[in-house]
Amino acid sequence: MKKPEVEDTAHYPEQYELYETPAFKSPLSRRSFFKQMGGGIAAFLVFTDVLASEVLGNLDTKEKSLAEDTIAAWIHINEEGKITVFTGKVEVGQNIRTSLAQIVAEELFVPVAAIEMVMGDTRLTPYDRGTYGSLTTPQMGPKLRKAAASVRELLTEMASQEWKVENGSLQMEKGFIHHPGNGDKLSYGDLVKGKKLLQKVNEEVAVISPEQWKIAGTSVSKVNGRDFITGRHKYVSDMKLPDMLYGKILRAPANGASLERVDTEKAKQLPGVTVIQDGDFIGVTAPDSQSAAVALAMIEAEWGKSPQPSRKELFQYLKDQGEQKEQKAEVEEAFQGSNLQLEQTFHIDYIAHAPLEPRAGLAQWEGDQLTVWTGTQRPFGVQEELEEVFGIPKENIRVIMPDTGSGYGGKHTGEAGIEAARLAKEVGKPVKVLWSREEEFKWAYFRPAGVIEVKSALGSDGDLASWEFHNYNSGSAGIEAPYEAGVRNTHFHSSRSPLRQGSYRALASTANIFAHECQMNDMAVMNQTDPLKFRLQNLKDDRLIAVLEATAQAFGWNQSKPTGHGFGIACGAVKGGYVATCAEVQVHPSSREVKILRLAAAFECGAIINPAHLKSQVVGCILQGLGGAMFEAVDFKEGEILNPSLLSYQVPRFQDTPELEIVLVDRKDLPSAGAGEAPIVGVAPAIRNAIFDATGVKLNNLPMLPNGVVPDVG
Amino acid sequence: MKINVNDKDYTVKATGNPSLLEVLREQMDLTGTKYGCGEGACGACKVLINGTPAISCITPVASVQDKKVTTVEGLEKNGRLHAVQQVFLEEDVFQCGYCAPGMIMSAVALVEKNPNPSKQEIMESMQGNICRCCTYPQIIHAISKAGKI
Repeated sequence: MKKPEVEDTAHYPEQYELYETPAFKSPLSRRSFFKQMGGGIAAFLVFTDVLASEVLGNLDTKEKSLAEDTIAAWIHINEEGKITVFTGKVEVGQNIRTSLAQIVAEELFVPVAAIEMVMGDTRLTPYDRGTYGSLTTPQMGPKLRKAAASVRELLTEMASQEWKVENGSLQMEKGFIHHPGNGDKLSYGDLVKGKKLLQKVNEEVAVISPEQWKIAGTSVSKVNGRDFITGRHKYVSDMKLPDMLYGKILRAPANGASLERVDTEKAKQLPGVTVIQDGDFIGVTAPDSQSAAVALAMIEAEWGKSPQPSRKELFQYLKDQGEQKEQKAEVEEAFQGSNLQLEQTFHIDYIAHAPLEPRAGLAQWEGDQLTVWTGTQRPFGVQEELEEVFGIPKENIRVIMPDTGSGYGGKHTGEAGIEAARLAKEVGKPVKVLWSREEEFKWAYFRPAGVIEVKSALGSDGDLASWEFHNYNSGSAGIEAPYEAGVRNTHFHSSRSPLRQGSYRALASTANIFAHECQMNDMAVMNQTDPLKFRLQNLKDDRLIAVLEATAQAFGWNQSKPTGHGFGIACGAVKGGYVATCAEVQVHPSSREVKILRLAAAFECGAIINPAHLKSQVVGCILQGLGGAMFEAVDFKEGEILNPSLLSYQVPRFQDTPELEIVLVDRKDLPSAGAGEAPIVGVAPAIRNAIFDATGVKLNNLPMLPNGVVPDVG
Repeated sequence: MKINVNDKDYTVKATGNPSLLEVLREQMDLTGTKYGCGEGACGACKVLINGTPAISCITPVASVQDKKVTTVEGLEKNGRLHAVQQVFLEEDVFQCGYCAPGMIMSAVALVEKNPNPSKQEIMESMQGNICRCCTYPQIIHAISKAGKI
């Protein structure tokens, strides 16, 4: 793969959000897959099944794939009544394997255990742009719900014809349709007889309303949970193929360095080792990972570094390199005309996703057919990347994504899989490439750094008279503040990023909402208004108001607090999820150490599909967000990452966990939205506002307190 | 050399002084034990050596000769999960699950020593294990129940 230019990556965060592909890109030949499998599809598809590749050679690649508007593209019922669901979405810990199965089970009146989810396999599942942007629940959920309800319609139709009875008189239960009069029953498997359901999905089909849900809306446990607690689940990093070799890639010492001289002779002498060189791409393969690492270490390389900005000049650089945007005279006029003005700047550092499973890829060539197993949030995107790298038709490339050791927006790319495929092609054997923790820190991508400037003013009535907001580089997600303002001017200024940057849980919403919520807090304080009341006065969004009030109540916002303690509140809406967060902190009077005593959050994302897993996402967002809020930051100098390890880059641990109170607001009258992102946005500003409340110090940079101590003067 | 893992003797290659983690995963296909950082900072690779939790990524395999190694695969006895696994399963603790084996091995060591740990004791004892999904509260809750089974 071409190394991304700095310019190309400048818009990564939003690029993925806006990326629209042609309506349908066809994965190959699912029909022949079904032919191959006959009725026994479920038995074959115990996934993470590396043997899957054995079947591939027999597939006829010329057949047309199943159209996305047919039921069969999404759901198959075999002769034994086992239901298989196909989706291009992938599981990285959001527990959508469970929630999507619940949605289908609900419509088909079967237990969740009757359903097998086939996910993120470019050969077997319909095209999918990727698992990001909290889109699974609002988009894939309804799609599968309609497909399942269409199956239900078909089944009842078939049974009513068989029995010559009225369609509406039939009852469905646990995989059977019951005759209204004579006690007979037919199983789904008997009705479908293993045939593909080529009927179209009925877009107008009646679905079960959330008020009637019996399986959706309940806390079903992770469907394959046992595999994880026994160590049986095979992540890509755990997979092994016969004759497989381990690959390692030679990396530059710094971002943007170019290879000037290389000597691979010593490495080549090692038994079992192959060195592969293609321009700047140099890799080794060996029968075990240790030999591969030794071989890599024996390659002598000299690199030429290119001058580039370091962390200490980062924010000035982002501002200087930012694009210019129009000013609005009326906004400046309204600002100048007010007695209560506030102008602040916020700095946001780069942070790393640090997924616990570093990037991993396993590649196997069989003739001109390539199969790549890799932990990516975009299997179809990686398929396209591989198509570009090898110049072979997409139909010859299969990308498979087994449930992976997390992503948080950090695994949109497929580097390890592509590297494995390059090495495997040269060496003629399957190759697995596992990134080290250091590689993951240095050569993945980061949440963008940014500079945010906010200027706002209040009218005499306590309403916002003007609002001016500029974000340099960190992104435009969530940039519009939810508050009403007399006049406003909001701009995202793209800039040049010294480091490779990309998506991260909630994208730039975390940074933008941090700035909104600090600014609103400080204006409330200037105006001597309670920060909750001030927000409510300037908000019209009922859903945001509802979570603010729910959080305040759960937290006890109006309670008194001991000296040295501070309360803070913040709220935000991201992709259909509404969150408000309250924090209580204690600042030690002499050491100035901060202790986060408790956090409360109310979250609403429409009708809840799985309360326990939703709560887990909310808790996970809040605690992960605590890292970026308090101490996480990527340190770098002239293109070199200075803290590329879990010893030097601090992430939240057990002892960082404060008391948490989570309120889930279930709105059965509203469509379900995603929850893996929105709850992260409230934690940083709530804590910052609580520290301000306790000390009068404004901490306007993320992370706020890398050493945990509040400076004396804000 | 010979090592004993999950009550079975294995002959493994120790040339080049590989880590216990590498040997478990590559030579024995015991892939439940995970690589997370390679420097003992995350706990994903935890195993028990003579019942004491140890970080297998920085433990040379040569050092476990004549000792008993237990990995997550060795906890299940005759199809019955260890009490800690059982409670982690019932409490439905995990998101991505990659930290699970290391968490469970640390928790087993803790609960076998102290069946009723306080929240503070759990947090201190588990501090070396990272869950990037941050399911810490669920893990604390599960461990506090495990000793009572």
